[in-house]
Amino acid sequence: MIQIEDLHKSFDSHPVLRGLSCEVKKGEFLALIGMSGSGKSVLLKHIAGMIRPDKGRIILDGHDLAKIRGRELEALRKRFGVVFQQGALFDSLTVYDNIAFPLREKLKLRESEIRERVHRQLEAVSLKNAEDKYPAEISGGMAKRTALARALITEPEIMFFDEPTTGLDPIIANSILKLFKSCHERFGFTGIIVSHDIPEVFDIVDRVAMLHEGVLIKAAPPNEFRNSEDALIRQFITGSTEGPIQAN
Amino acid sequence: MAFNLIARLGDYTLSRVNYVGRMGQFLIQALLAMLTPPIKIWRVIKRIHFIGWQSMTVILLTGGFTGMVLALQGFHSLRRVGSEAFLGPLVALTLIRELGPVIAALMVTGRAGSAITAEIGVMRISDQIDAIELMGLNPMRYLVVPNLIAAIISMPLLAGIFDLVGIYGGYLVGVKILGLSPGTYFGEITTYLDLDDILGGLYKALSFGVIMAWICCFKGYNTHFGAEGVSRSTTEAVVLTSVLILVWDYFMTAAVF
Repeated sequence: MIQIEDLHKSFDSHPVLRGLSCEVKKGEFLALIGMSGSGKSVLLKHIAGMIRPDKGRIILDGHDLAKIRGRELEALRKRFGVVFQQGALFDSLTVYDNIAFPLREKLKLRESEIRERVHRQLEAVSLKNAEDKYPAEISGGMAKRTALARALITEPEIMFFDEPTTGLDPIIANSILKLFKSCHERFGFTGIIVSHDIPEVFDIVDRVAMLHEGVLIKAAPPNEFRNSEDALIRQFITGSTEGPIQAN
Repeated sequence: MAFNLIARLGDYTLSRVNYVGRMGQFLIQALLAMLTPPIKIWRVIKRIHFIGWQSMTVILLTGGFTGMVLALQGFHSLRRVGSEAFLGPLVALTLIRELGPVIAALMVTGRAGSAITAEIGVMRISDQIDAIELMGLNPMRYLVVPNLIAAIISMPLLAGIFDLVGIYGGYLVGVKILGLSPGTYFGEITTYLDLDDILGGLYKALSFGVIMAWICCFKGYNTHFGAEGVSRSTTEAVVLTSVLILVWDYFMTAAVF
Protein backbone atom coordinates (compact mmCIF):
# COMPACT_ATOMS: atom_id res chain seq x y z
CA MET A 1 0.00 0.00 0.00
CA ILE A 2 2.85 2.41 0.93
CA GLN A 3 6.16 2.02 -0.84
CA ILE A 4 9.14 4.08 0.32
CA GLU A 5 12.11 4.11 -2.03
CA ASP A 6 15.58 5.50 -1.37
CA LEU A 7 14.44 8.33 0.86
CA HIS A 8 16.97 11.05 1.69
CA LYS A 9 16.39 14.05 3.92
CA SER A 10 18.80 16.51 5.54
CA PHE A 11 18.16 19.42 7.87
CA ASP A 12 20.80 22.19 7.76
CA SER A 13 23.25 19.85 6.00
CA HIS A 14 22.70 17.21 8.71
CA PRO A 15 21.47 14.01 7.06
CA VAL A 16 18.57 12.36 8.92
CA LEU A 17 17.39 9.86 6.32
CA ARG A 18 20.11 8.31 4.14
CA GLY A 19 18.48 6.24 1.45
CA LEU A 20 15.74 4.57 3.45
CA SER A 21 13.50 2.06 1.71
CA CYS A 22 10.62 0.07 3.17
CA GLU A 23 7.06 -1.04 2.54
CA VAL A 24 3.83 -0.93 4.53
CA LYS A 25 1.21 -3.48 3.53
CA LYS A 26 -2.51 -2.74 3.45
CA GLY A 27 -4.18 -3.40 6.79
CA GLU A 28 -0.99 -4.11 8.71
CA PHE A 29 0.09 -2.42 11.93
CA LEU A 30 3.77 -1.47 11.72
CA ALA A 31 5.96 -0.21 14.55
CA LEU A 32 8.88 2.10 13.79
CA ILE A 33 11.56 1.77 16.44
CA GLY A 34 15.08 3.08 16.82
CA MET A 35 17.24 5.49 18.75
CA SER A 36 16.17 9.09 19.19
CA GLY A 37 17.31 10.94 16.07
CA SER A 38 17.32 7.80 13.93
CA GLY A 39 14.69 9.34 11.64
CA LYS A 40 11.46 7.63 12.76
CA SER A 41 9.33 10.75 13.20
CA VAL A 42 10.86 12.32 10.09
CA LEU A 43 9.90 9.20 8.13
CA LEU A 44 6.37 9.34 9.55
CA LYS A 45 6.06 12.99 8.53
CA HIS A 46 7.20 12.11 5.02
CA ILE A 47 4.56 9.38 4.72
CA ALA A 48 1.93 11.81 6.00
CA GLY A 49 3.03 14.33 3.35
CA MET A 50 4.14 16.91 5.90
CA ILE A 51 7.76 16.98 4.71
CA ARG A 52 9.14 16.65 1.21
CA PRO A 53 12.21 14.46 0.73
CA ASP A 54 15.44 15.73 -0.80
CA LYS A 55 15.51 12.54 -2.86
CA GLY A 56 13.43 9.39 -3.15
CA ARG A 57 9.78 8.45 -3.53
CA ILE A 58 6.85 7.68 -1.25
CA ILE A 59 4.21 5.89 -3.27
CA LEU A 60 0.73 5.62 -1.82
CA ASP A 61 -1.73 3.84 -4.09
CA GLY A 62 0.11 5.07 -7.17
CA HIS A 63 0.50 8.69 -5.95
CA ASP A 64 4.02 9.97 -5.26
CA LEU A 65 3.59 11.96 -2.04
CA ALA A 66 6.85 13.77 -2.75
CA LYS A 67 5.36 15.35 -5.84
CA ILE A 68 1.69 16.05 -5.20
CA ARG A 69 0.53 19.25 -3.51
CA GLY A 70 -2.46 21.53 -3.05
CA ARG A 71 -5.94 20.08 -3.40
CA GLU A 72 -4.63 16.67 -4.46
CA LEU A 73 -2.61 16.38 -1.24
CA GLU A 74 -5.57 17.66 0.82
CA ALA A 75 -7.79 14.99 -0.74
CA LEU A 76 -5.26 12.27 0.01
CA ARG A 77 -4.89 13.46 3.60
CA LYS A 78 -8.62 12.96 4.13
CA ARG A 79 -7.75 9.26 4.24
CA PHE A 80 -5.34 9.83 7.14
CA GLY A 81 -5.78 9.92 10.90
CA VAL A 82 -3.02 11.01 13.25
CA VAL A 83 -2.40 10.71 16.97
CA PHE A 84 0.36 13.15 17.88
CA GLN A 85 2.87 12.89 20.70
CA GLN A 86 1.15 15.62 22.73
CA GLY A 87 -2.33 14.86 21.42
CA ALA A 88 -2.55 18.14 19.46
CA LEU A 89 -6.07 18.73 20.74
CA PHE A 90 -7.57 22.13 19.99
CA ASP A 91 -7.37 23.75 23.40
CA SER A 92 -10.22 26.18 22.73
CA LEU A 93 -12.64 23.29 22.08
CA THR A 94 -14.16 20.77 24.50
CA VAL A 95 -13.47 17.04 24.20
CA TYR A 96 -16.82 16.66 22.39
CA ASP A 97 -16.08 19.46 19.93
CA ASN A 98 -12.56 18.20 19.32
CA ILE A 99 -13.94 14.83 18.26
CA ALA A 100 -16.77 16.41 16.29
CA PHE A 101 -14.40 18.80 14.47
CA PRO A 102 -13.43 16.48 11.57
CA LEU A 103 -17.07 15.47 11.09
CA ARG A 104 -18.22 19.08 10.94
CA GLU A 105 -15.40 20.25 8.71
CA LYS A 106 -14.62 17.23 6.53
CA LEU A 107 -17.90 15.41 6.16
CA LYS A 108 -20.40 18.25 6.79
CA LEU A 109 -22.83 15.93 8.53
CA ARG A 110 -26.05 16.97 10.26
CA GLU A 111 -25.61 17.87 13.94
CA SER A 112 -27.84 14.97 15.09
CA GLU A 113 -25.71 12.47 13.17
CA ILE A 114 -22.51 14.08 14.51
CA ARG A 115 -23.85 13.78 18.08
CA GLU A 116 -24.63 10.11 17.61
CA ARG A 117 -21.22 9.29 16.12
CA VAL A 118 -19.28 11.31 18.70
CA HIS A 119 -21.13 9.64 21.58
CA ARG A 120 -20.42 6.24 20.09
CA GLN A 121 -16.74 7.13 19.81
CA LEU A 122 -16.63 8.58 23.34
CA GLU A 123 -18.00 5.31 24.63
CA ALA A 124 -15.44 3.29 22.65
CA VAL A 125 -12.56 5.16 24.31
CA SER A 126 -14.27 5.37 27.75
CA LEU A 127 -14.60 9.13 27.80
CA LYS A 128 -18.35 9.41 28.26
CA ASN A 129 -18.05 11.65 31.33
CA ALA A 130 -15.43 14.00 29.91
CA GLU A 131 -17.22 15.33 26.85
CA ASP A 132 -17.74 18.84 28.26
CA LYS A 133 -14.21 19.21 29.59
CA TYR A 134 -11.47 21.22 27.89
CA PRO A 135 -8.07 19.62 27.08
CA ALA A 136 -6.45 21.54 29.96
CA GLU A 137 -8.90 19.90 32.40
CA ILE A 138 -8.20 16.26 31.50
CA SER A 139 -5.30 13.89 32.25
CA GLY A 140 -2.60 12.87 29.78
CA GLY A 141 -4.21 9.46 29.23
CA MET A 142 -7.60 11.02 28.58
CA ALA A 143 -6.02 13.48 26.14
CA LYS A 144 -4.47 10.58 24.19
CA ARG A 145 -7.82 8.77 24.13
CA THR A 146 -9.52 11.95 22.92
CA ALA A 147 -6.88 12.29 20.21
CA LEU A 148 -7.48 8.67 19.19
CA ALA A 149 -11.24 9.20 19.11
CA ARG A 150 -10.80 12.33 16.98
CA ALA A 151 -8.45 10.56 14.59
CA LEU A 152 -10.77 7.56 14.22
CA ILE A 153 -14.07 9.40 13.95
CA THR A 154 -13.87 9.63 10.15
CA GLU A 155 -12.78 5.98 9.92
CA PRO A 156 -9.49 6.71 8.12
CA GLU A 157 -7.71 4.12 6.01
CA ILE A 158 -4.28 4.98 7.37
CA MET A 159 -3.46 5.87 10.97
CA PHE A 160 -0.22 7.43 12.18
CA PHE A 161 0.80 7.34 15.83
CA ASP A 162 3.78 9.54 16.71
CA GLU A 163 5.11 8.43 20.11
CA PRO A 164 1.57 8.46 21.48
CA THR A 165 2.44 7.20 24.97
CA THR A 166 5.15 9.75 25.77
CA GLY A 167 4.67 11.23 29.22
CA LEU A 168 2.23 8.56 30.43
CA ASP A 169 2.83 6.19 33.32
CA PRO A 170 3.47 2.54 32.27
CA ILE A 171 -0.01 1.29 33.19
CA ILE A 172 -1.85 4.02 31.30
CA ALA A 173 0.64 3.71 28.40
CA ASN A 174 -0.06 -0.01 28.19
CA SER A 175 -3.82 0.50 28.28
CA ILE A 176 -3.52 3.08 25.49
CA LEU A 177 -1.49 0.65 23.36
CA LYS A 178 -4.12 -2.06 23.93
CA LEU A 179 -6.80 0.42 22.92
CA PHE A 180 -4.89 1.07 19.66
CA LYS A 181 -4.78 -2.68 19.02
CA SER A 182 -8.49 -3.15 19.62
CA CYS A 183 -9.25 -0.17 17.36
CA HIS A 184 -7.00 -1.64 14.68
CA GLU A 185 -8.90 -4.93 14.87
CA ARG A 186 -12.23 -3.13 14.82
CA PHE A 187 -11.58 -0.57 12.08
CA GLY A 188 -8.97 -2.45 10.04
CA PHE A 189 -6.88 0.59 9.24
CA THR A 190 -3.28 0.46 8.07
CA GLY A 191 -1.33 1.72 11.09
CA ILE A 192 2.18 3.05 11.62
CA ILE A 193 3.29 3.71 15.18
CA VAL A 194 6.52 5.36 16.30
CA SER A 195 7.20 4.14 19.80
CA HIS A 196 9.85 3.69 22.47
CA ASP A 197 7.60 1.35 24.48
CA ILE A 198 9.64 -1.79 23.99
CA PRO A 199 8.69 -4.59 24.29
CA GLU A 200 5.03 -3.52 24.95
CA VAL A 201 4.54 -2.22 21.41
CA PHE A 202 5.55 -5.66 20.05
CA ASP A 203 2.28 -7.06 21.45
CA ILE A 204 0.07 -4.82 19.32
CA VAL A 205 1.77 -4.72 15.91
CA ASP A 206 2.12 -7.13 13.00
CA ARG A 207 5.60 -6.04 12.02
CA VAL A 208 8.46 -3.99 13.42
CA ALA A 209 10.85 -1.82 11.41
CA MET A 210 14.03 -0.67 13.08
CA LEU A 211 15.83 2.43 11.86
CA HIS A 212 19.41 3.30 12.67
CA GLU A 213 21.27 6.37 11.46
CA GLY A 214 18.71 7.08 8.78
CA VAL A 215 18.45 3.63 7.21
CA LEU A 216 16.23 0.63 7.78
CA ILE A 217 18.24 -2.15 9.35
CA LYS A 218 15.47 -4.74 9.78
CA ALA A 219 11.75 -5.12 9.19
CA ALA A 220 10.22 -8.32 10.54
CA PRO A 221 7.46 -9.69 12.81
CA PRO A 222 7.94 -8.85 16.53
CA ASN A 223 9.04 -12.37 17.43
CA GLU A 224 12.03 -12.15 15.12
CA PHE A 225 13.08 -9.00 16.98
CA ARG A 226 12.57 -10.65 20.35
CA ASN A 227 14.78 -13.56 19.32
CA SER A 228 17.28 -11.57 17.28
CA GLU A 229 20.98 -12.28 17.83
CA ASP A 230 21.99 -9.06 16.05
CA ALA A 231 24.10 -7.10 18.54
CA LEU A 232 22.60 -3.74 17.58
CA ILE A 233 19.00 -4.93 17.83
CA ARG A 234 19.65 -6.80 21.09
CA GLN A 235 21.28 -3.75 22.65
CA PHE A 236 18.40 -1.51 21.64
CA ILE A 237 15.67 -3.88 22.83
CA THR A 238 17.33 -4.57 26.16
CA GLY A 239 18.31 -0.94 26.66
CA SER A 240 21.87 -1.93 27.48
CA THR A 241 24.62 0.72 27.51
CA GLU A 242 27.11 -1.92 26.32
CA GLY A 243 27.20 -2.64 22.59
CA PRO A 244 27.65 -1.10 19.16
CA ILE A 245 25.31 1.85 19.89
CA GLN A 246 27.08 4.62 21.75
CA ALA A 247 24.82 6.38 24.29
CA ASN A 248 25.35 10.15 24.09
CA MET B 1 39.10 35.41 5.22
CA ALA B 2 37.62 38.11 2.96
CA PHE B 3 36.11 35.43 0.74
CA ASN B 4 34.57 33.76 3.78
CA LEU B 5 33.03 37.05 4.85
CA ILE B 6 31.56 37.66 1.40
CA ALA B 7 30.18 34.10 1.32
CA ARG B 8 28.50 34.58 4.71
CA LEU B 9 27.11 37.93 3.64
CA GLY B 10 25.77 36.27 0.50
CA ASP B 11 24.19 33.47 2.54
CA TYR B 12 22.58 35.97 4.88
CA THR B 13 21.24 38.06 1.98
CA LEU B 14 19.84 34.98 0.26
CA SER B 15 18.14 33.79 3.46
CA ARG B 16 16.56 37.24 3.96
CA VAL B 17 15.33 37.37 0.36
CA ASN B 18 13.96 33.86 0.78
CA TYR B 19 12.19 34.92 3.99
CA VAL B 20 10.60 37.96 2.34
CA GLY B 21 9.52 35.70 -0.50
CA ARG B 22 7.85 33.32 1.94
CA MET B 23 6.08 36.25 3.59
CA GLY B 24 4.78 37.38 0.21
CA GLN B 25 3.69 33.85 -0.66
CA PHE B 26 1.87 33.60 2.67
CA LEU B 27 -0.04 36.84 1.96
CA ILE B 28 -1.03 35.67 -1.51
CA GLN B 29 -2.21 32.31 -0.14
CA ALA B 30 -4.21 34.08 2.58
CA LEU B 31 -5.84 36.48 0.10
CA LEU B 32 -6.67 33.62 -2.26
CA ALA B 33 -8.19 31.61 0.61
CA MET B 34 -10.15 34.72 1.60
CA LEU B 35 -11.61 35.05 -1.87
CA THR B 36 -12.52 31.37 -2.16
CA PRO B 37 -15.59 30.12 -0.29
CA PRO B 38 -16.46 28.79 2.18
CA ILE B 39 -15.67 31.53 4.67
CA LYS B 40 -15.95 30.56 8.34
CA ILE B 41 -18.49 33.27 9.19
CA TRP B 42 -18.78 32.38 12.87
CA ARG B 43 -15.00 32.50 13.30
CA VAL B 44 -14.91 35.86 11.51
CA ILE B 45 -17.53 37.25 13.90
CA LYS B 46 -15.56 35.96 16.88
CA ARG B 47 -12.39 37.59 15.55
CA ILE B 48 -14.18 40.89 14.93
CA HIS B 49 -15.27 40.73 18.56
CA PHE B 50 -11.68 40.05 19.60
CA ILE B 51 -9.83 42.49 17.32
CA GLY B 52 -12.50 45.17 17.11
CA TRP B 53 -14.81 45.22 20.11
CA GLN B 54 -12.23 44.23 22.71
CA SER B 55 -9.88 47.00 21.48
CA MET B 56 -12.50 49.68 22.15
CA THR B 57 -11.24 50.69 25.60
CA VAL B 58 -7.69 51.27 24.45
CA ILE B 59 -8.93 53.11 21.33
CA LEU B 60 -11.25 55.37 23.34
CA LEU B 61 -8.52 56.22 25.83
CA THR B 62 -5.72 56.82 23.34
CA GLY B 63 -8.04 58.60 20.90
CA GLY B 64 -9.37 60.94 23.58
CA PHE B 65 -5.99 61.88 24.96
CA THR B 66 -4.38 62.23 21.52
CA GLY B 67 -7.09 64.74 20.55
CA MET B 68 -6.68 66.56 23.86
CA VAL B 69 -2.92 66.90 23.61
CA LEU B 70 -3.21 67.94 19.95
CA ALA B 71 -5.61 70.69 20.95
CA LEU B 72 -3.42 71.82 23.82
CA GLN B 73 -0.23 71.96 21.72
CA GLY B 74 -2.04 73.25 18.66
CA PHE B 75 -3.80 76.07 20.51
CA HIS B 76 -0.56 77.49 21.93
CA SER B 77 1.25 77.15 18.58
CA LEU B 78 -1.62 78.73 16.60
CA ARG B 79 -1.94 81.58 19.10
CA ARG B 80 1.64 82.65 18.26
CA VAL B 81 0.51 83.35 14.69
CA GLY B 82 -2.95 84.54 15.71
CA SER B 83 -4.80 81.61 14.15
CA GLU B 84 -6.50 79.92 17.13
CA ALA B 85 -9.68 79.72 15.08
CA PHE B 86 -8.11 76.94 13.02
CA LEU B 87 -7.72 74.65 16.03
CA GLY B 88 -10.69 72.49 14.91
CA PRO B 89 -9.32 71.79 11.40
CA LEU B 90 -5.84 71.22 12.84
CA VAL B 91 -7.08 68.57 15.26
CA ALA B 92 -9.53 66.97 12.83
CA LEU B 93 -7.23 66.85 9.79
CA THR B 94 -4.26 65.59 11.79
CA LEU B 95 -6.37 62.86 13.32
CA ILE B 96 -8.34 61.81 10.25
CA ARG B 97 -5.49 61.91 7.73
CA GLU B 98 -2.68 60.69 9.92
CA LEU B 99 -2.78 59.99 13.62
CA GLY B 100 -6.12 58.19 13.82
CA PRO B 101 -5.27 55.34 11.44
CA VAL B 102 -1.64 55.09 12.56
CA ILE B 103 -2.09 55.18 16.35
CA ALA B 104 -5.19 52.98 16.20
CA ALA B 105 -3.26 50.41 14.14
CA LEU B 106 -0.29 50.50 16.52
CA MET B 107 -2.59 50.07 19.52
CA VAL B 108 -4.48 47.18 17.92
CA THR B 109 -1.18 45.56 16.97
CA GLY B 110 0.01 45.74 20.56
CA ARG B 111 -3.24 44.42 21.98
CA ALA B 112 -4.67 42.00 19.42
CA GLY B 113 -1.80 41.38 16.98
CA SER B 114 0.50 40.08 19.69
CA ALA B 115 -2.26 37.77 20.95
CA ILE B 116 -2.91 36.47 17.41
CA THR B 117 0.79 35.60 17.00
CA ALA B 118 0.98 33.93 20.40
CA GLU B 119 -2.22 31.94 19.81
CA ILE B 120 -1.18 30.67 16.37
CA GLY B 121 2.36 30.11 17.64
CA VAL B 122 1.16 27.89 20.48
CA MET B 123 -1.00 26.00 17.98
CA ARG B 124 2.08 25.50 15.81
CA ILE B 125 4.37 24.18 18.55
CA SER B 126 1.66 21.90 19.98
CA ASP B 127 1.03 20.33 16.53
CA GLN B 128 -2.53 21.70 16.32
CA ILE B 129 -1.82 23.26 12.90
CA ASP B 130 -0.34 19.97 11.67
CA ALA B 131 -3.46 18.22 12.98
CA ILE B 132 -5.70 20.51 10.87
CA GLU B 133 -3.50 19.94 7.81
CA LEU B 134 -3.51 16.19 8.28
CA MET B 135 -7.30 16.20 8.42
CA GLY B 136 -7.05 17.34 4.81
CA LEU B 137 -8.17 20.85 5.74
CA ASN B 138 -6.49 24.15 4.93
CA PRO B 139 -5.32 25.82 8.19
CA MET B 140 -5.31 29.20 6.41
CA ARG B 141 -9.09 29.06 6.33
CA TYR B 142 -9.35 28.55 10.09
CA LEU B 143 -6.50 30.64 11.43
CA VAL B 144 -5.54 33.33 8.96
CA VAL B 145 -8.59 34.24 6.85
CA PRO B 146 -10.89 35.04 9.82
CA ASN B 147 -8.21 37.31 11.31
CA LEU B 148 -7.59 38.97 7.96
CA ILE B 149 -11.27 39.69 7.31
CA ALA B 150 -11.82 40.81 10.90
CA ALA B 151 -8.83 43.19 10.72
CA ILE B 152 -10.01 44.61 7.37
CA ILE B 153 -13.45 45.30 8.86
CA SER B 154 -12.36 46.38 12.34
CA MET B 155 -9.38 48.62 11.63
CA PRO B 156 -11.22 51.36 9.63
CA LEU B 157 -14.03 51.33 12.21
CA LEU B 158 -11.58 51.64 15.09
CA ALA B 159 -9.71 54.41 13.29
CA GLY B 160 -13.03 56.21 12.72
CA ILE B 161 -13.91 55.91 16.40
CA PHE B 162 -10.41 57.07 17.33
CA ASP B 163 -10.90 60.17 15.10
CA LEU B 164 -14.32 61.01 16.56
CA VAL B 165 -13.21 60.61 20.16
CA GLY B 166 -10.03 62.57 19.41
CA ILE B 167 -12.00 65.44 17.86
CA TYR B 168 -14.27 65.44 20.92
CA GLY B 169 -11.17 65.42 23.18
CA GLY B 170 -9.87 68.40 21.21
CA TYR B 171 -13.22 70.11 21.70
CA LEU B 172 -13.06 69.57 25.49
CA VAL B 173 -9.62 71.18 25.70
CA GLY B 174 -10.06 73.86 23.03
CA VAL B 175 -13.57 74.93 23.92
CA LYS B 176 -14.22 73.98 27.53
CA ILE B 177 -10.76 74.69 28.94
CA LEU B 178 -9.08 77.20 26.61
CA GLY B 179 -12.21 79.18 25.79
CA LEU B 180 -12.58 78.81 22.00
CA SER B 181 -16.18 79.06 20.81
CA PRO B 182 -17.85 75.76 19.84
CA GLY B 183 -19.11 77.29 16.60
CA THR B 184 -15.60 78.21 15.54
CA TYR B 185 -14.20 74.79 16.47
CA PHE B 186 -16.77 72.73 14.56
CA GLY B 187 -17.54 75.33 11.89
CA GLU B 188 -13.93 75.48 10.69
CA ILE B 189 -13.76 71.70 10.67
CA THR B 190 -16.69 71.48 8.24
CA THR B 191 -15.10 74.18 6.08
CA TYR B 192 -11.71 72.54 5.73
CA LEU B 193 -12.47 68.84 5.94
CA ASP B 194 -13.10 67.03 2.62
CA LEU B 195 -14.56 63.62 1.90
CA ASP B 196 -11.17 62.72 0.36
CA ASP B 197 -9.51 63.27 3.75
CA ILE B 198 -11.92 60.85 5.40
CA LEU B 199 -11.63 58.25 2.63
CA GLY B 200 -7.83 58.54 2.59
CA GLY B 201 -7.72 57.86 6.32
CA LEU B 202 -10.02 54.87 5.98
CA TYR B 203 -7.96 53.39 3.12
CA LYS B 204 -4.89 53.75 5.28
CA ALA B 205 -6.59 52.01 8.22
CA LEU B 206 -7.76 49.21 5.95
CA SER B 207 -4.25 48.62 4.60
CA PHE B 208 -2.85 48.70 8.15
CA GLY B 209 -5.39 46.02 9.05
CA VAL B 210 -4.05 43.81 6.26
CA ILE B 211 -0.45 44.42 7.39
CA MET B 212 -1.28 43.64 11.02
CA ALA B 213 -3.14 40.40 10.27
CA TRP B 214 -0.59 39.32 7.65
CA ILE B 215 2.56 39.80 9.74
CA CYS B 216 1.08 38.60 13.04
CA CYS B 217 -0.40 35.46 11.47
CA PHE B 218 2.79 34.78 9.48
CA LYS B 219 4.99 35.07 12.55
CA GLY B 220 2.71 32.81 14.57
CA TYR B 221 2.43 30.31 11.73
CA ASN B 222 6.23 30.07 11.46
CA THR B 223 6.98 29.74 15.16
CA HIS B 224 9.57 27.18 16.27
CA PHE B 225 11.41 26.10 19.39
CA GLY B 226 8.84 25.96 22.17
CA ALA B 227 7.83 28.71 24.56
CA GLU B 228 10.90 30.79 23.74
CA GLY B 229 9.97 30.61 20.07
CA VAL B 230 6.45 31.89 20.81
CA SER B 231 7.83 34.81 22.81
CA ARG B 232 10.33 35.63 20.03
CA SER B 233 7.68 35.43 17.32
CA THR B 234 5.34 37.67 19.30
CA THR B 235 8.00 40.33 19.83
CA GLU B 236 9.11 40.18 16.19
CA ALA B 237 5.49 40.39 15.01
CA VAL B 238 4.76 43.54 17.02
CA VAL B 239 8.04 45.24 16.05
CA LEU B 240 7.84 44.34 12.35
CA THR B 241 4.16 45.27 12.08
CA SER B 242 4.74 48.63 13.78
CA VAL B 243 7.71 49.45 11.53
CA LEU B 244 5.87 48.35 8.39
CA ILE B 245 2.80 50.41 9.35
CA LEU B 246 4.95 53.55 9.67
CA VAL B 247 6.86 52.87 6.44
CA TRP B 248 3.69 52.00 4.52
CA ASP B 249 2.02 55.11 5.98
CA TYR B 250 4.57 57.31 4.19
CA PHE B 251 3.88 55.68 0.82
CA MET B 252 0.12 55.74 1.35
CA THR B 253 0.27 59.43 2.27
CA ALA B 254 2.31 60.15 -0.86
CA ALA B 255 -0.11 58.16 -3.03
CA VAL B 256 -3.50 59.06 -1.52
CA PHE B 257 -3.23 62.75 -0.59
